Amino acid sequence: MTTAPLWAILAMALATYATRISGFLVGHWLPTTGPVRRAFDALPVAVLTALIAPVVLSGRAELAGALVTVALSLRLPMLAALAGGIVTVALMRAAF
Amino acid sequence: MSLAVFAGGAQFMSMGLWADPVPVFGLALATLVVNLRHTLMAASLSGRMAEFSPWQRGAAAFLMADETWALAERQAQRSGLTPGYYFGLGVTLYLLWVLGTLAGAVLGGLIPDPLRYGLDFAFPAIFLCLITGFVRDWRALPVILAAGGTALAVHATLPGMWFVLVGGVAGILVAAALPTGKDAVT
Repeated sequence: MTTAPLWAILAMALATYATRISGFLVGHWLPTTGPVRRAFDALPVAVLTALIAPVVLSGRAELAGALVTVALSLRLPMLAALAGGIVTVALMRAAF
Repeated sequence: MSLAVFAGGAQFMSMGLWADPVPVFGLALATLVVNLRHTLMAASLSGRMAEFSPWQRGAAAFLMADETWALAERQAQRSGLTPGYYFGLGVTLYLLWVLGTLAGAVLGGLIPDPLRYGLDFAFPAIFLCLITGFVRDWRALPVILAAGGTALAVHATLPGMWFVLVGGVAGILVAAALPTGKDAVT
């Protein structure tokens, strides 16, 4: 048993922390209006969409689950929309 | 690892790279790349943390996983982000993450096929709900198309998590180019 795994975990922790704290440190310099502000306001939607796009379009079950989740989330609480999406995916996988 | 790193994407990635001997430098570099998106996300959240002291910001950075960040952004749009909300959320998610990891390590062998129950879909489903919560007007549509389309193209051509960063940048570039209106986002 060597200490290398511990060092790897420590290095990963530092790398993770560095990416996050650097964002907080530059955040002060952001303008309050204009194109740069609009870009940052759109960031949650843009990053979340990019994060899940490959999964959502990876198969019919996932696409159906995504459509059900979105439709439910417009009217119902988040947990109901989550459950609807997960059940849809499970049913689709069982059926095909 | 869940105790110290608290970054789901990087932790899953590291399982793919884990070898004997452990590639310490490679893991650190890959973690940096996978989590580069957090720099953009933290910069965005930073503007909504006026009530946070420097110490609180330092602690907040440790807890800023994707989910913490997304819920904090949503709260900021609704009624403003307070340190109480952020740390209540962040610490809860952190404890659940550690407990979940522990449970997975102890019980993992008992579930023969988690994919059959669609449980892996919980992660994209949460983010889908958050996206629909963020959408204010038609301007979100070109942003979603640009971010999603670019992410798909990059996902198909480059390994790792680059698709998140490149797709996100494509989306915010489109947002910057869009005209402003009376009902602009936020």
